[in-house]
Amino acid sequence: MTLERRSFLKLLAAGAGAAGLPMIGHANTLMPKKGRRVVVVGGGYGGAIAAKYVRMLDPSIEVVLIERNKQFISCPFSNFYIAGLMNDMSTLTISYDKLAANHGVKMVYDEVTAIDPAAKTVATKGGTLAYDHLIVAPGIDFRTEEIEGYDANTAKAFPHAWKAGEQSTLLRQQLQAMPDGGKVLISMPVTPYRCPPGPYERSCLIAHYLKKHKPKSKLILLDANPDVVSKKPLFTKAWSELYKDNFEYIGAKKVTKVNVKEKLVSIEGVEDFKADVINLIPAQRAGDIAVKGDLVGEDKRWCPIQPVTFESTKHKFVHIVGDACAIPSDGPPMPKSGYSANSQAKVCAMNVVNMMNGKELVDFSGINVCYSAIDDHRSVSIAQVFKLEGGKVKSSATAISPADFSLGKEEHAYGESWLRNILTEMST
Amino acid sequence: MNLRWSGWALTAGALAMSSAAFAAPPTPAMLANACGGCHGTNGGSAGLMMPSLAAHSKEAIVDAMKKFKSGERPSTVMGRLAKGYTDAEFEAMGEFFAKQKLHVTNQNVDKAKVAKGAVLQEKHCNRCHNEEGREGKDETPVMASQWLPYLQLQMEMYLSGKRKMPEKMAEKVKPLSKEDLDALMHFYASVK
Repeated sequence: MTLERRSFLKLLAAGAGAAGLPMIGHANTLMPKKGRRVVVVGGGYGGAIAAKYVRMLDPSIEVVLIERNKQFISCPFSNFYIAGLMNDMSTLTISYDKLAANHGVKMVYDEVTAIDPAAKTVATKGGTLAYDHLIVAPGIDFRTEEIEGYDANTAKAFPHAWKAGEQSTLLRQQLQAMPDGGKVLISMPVTPYRCPPGPYERSCLIAHYLKKHKPKSKLILLDANPDVVSKKPLFTKAWSELYKDNFEYIGAKKVTKVNVKEKLVSIEGVEDFKADVINLIPAQRAGDIAVKGDLVGEDKRWCPIQPVTFESTKHKFVHIVGDACAIPSDGPPMPKSGYSANSQAKVCAMNVVNMMNGKELVDFSGINVCYSAIDDHRSVSIAQVFKLEGGKVKSSATAISPADFSLGKEEHAYGESWLRNILTEMST
Repeated sequence: MNLRWSGWALTAGALAMSSAAFAAPPTPAMLANACGGCHGTNGGSAGLMMPSLAAHSKEAIVDAMKKFKSGERPSTVMGRLAKGYTDAEFEAMGEFFAKQKLHVTNQNVDKAKVAKGAVLQEKHCNRCHNEEGREGKDETPVMASQWLPYLQLQMEMYLSGKRKMPEKMAEKVKPLSKEDLDALMHFYASVK
């Protein structure tokens, strides 16, 4: 266990209350604040959009976007790359140069190490930044402490590939290096987790890869949930029609222990399981900075927020969008998807600007559209509209593709356009 | 004591509900921004299969959304999404997109087809597809600068009968050959 990890766990144990918050204040000040400023933490599907829309809605507000990486790689569509249907990740990759140039978003490429809601500052490795409003879009991190034996090296041996980039490449390389006749295991977590249909799409595309290139191989999807949690009629049909010879779904089973050396995992209620490739996607929570910043709720996992402003119910002037936030919902909540994050970030940006300008807030209206491929030329989708009702977010329409895959080819093409549009929106 | 307590509870309740209780209903921008994930910021599309919504008339947006909702116009996700909105919300979205500037695209088009299409547009289509397709009469959509693959797919759907052509359009399209229609698509895609 690394030092960083150990101190982080200590922080968790301390309840991440105010007493457990790291002190900020003595580091040097980065970019002294002159006028009104919004700081955004994280340049993914939510953060990049929040930064852009604040600037679009009121260019008199300074926006600083703090992001660890110079480039962002999309998780949506990374299953294509993993399963060999894309040669590289260039179509999944964006940079922030045009966003900065077109909208005057000030980029700081650094890692946020602490948030001080009382002083209204964030600390990065390079120094502190003051804000009037802070929008945090940290995505997810993993509850690896729930798996016995999981350490800093586990993700290299059993890649989760649930953050696109190096992890995706690891899983792809392992699949390609595996001899025909090998066994592949995908272990997916309990809800809520990032991208509900993602593991099922991945199972289809890996099964497709195996069927085509390694026909004697077998894929098993272990679902920690009692049953398929997303687009069930569509995925179960794809499995039984396309992959019945090389694929097996097992519900209500999760990995409890890992042994990297032996390439095996322990599954509750089942004997130890050996596989040539193990794609272990651990259970999830809000990204580390949300935990360090005392933004997670009583569950210690997700960040409770107001549904109109996305303001934290724990700290004023701090807003959380995307995978990390828990919105008060009536019925099934917005899924933790790229589109949801995009939509939430726009609602948040608009109301942050309204708050800063003393204007009336505007009720939530949002969309989620998500495409999943079932093979190399067909996709299925879910489309949802969300509105505010009685202080809670509620779906006014939710429906999946027709079960006969009659729109599969068309939706495959629309999916590609979806990716291009949503990434262009974030990066220009 | 009772009074004091209930007063306190009321205040606390009002605080907890503040943002929800005092917010205005979704504005045109709030409704329309959500479309941007697929149709681009302010309705300017970068995806070859998705139409730009910028600069469409309010009537065009409302007409399309109502037809998606009823199923008269076939779709993948649009019909499903349209069911989540009211007619008044369609109008609000239409109001927003009508205010946006035409989204100009740069596409690879066939110059000869563009030239041929320009003549056909002037002769057959101009009465409804005004200003070289930059505007539209009543609920006629904007054609200018839409992505070629999108235009071609829509024309295919019209010709196969999957999407119903307006009567006036059917009259005009009938005498045109496939090559003529292809030239028209190239022309519209080229208009800036």
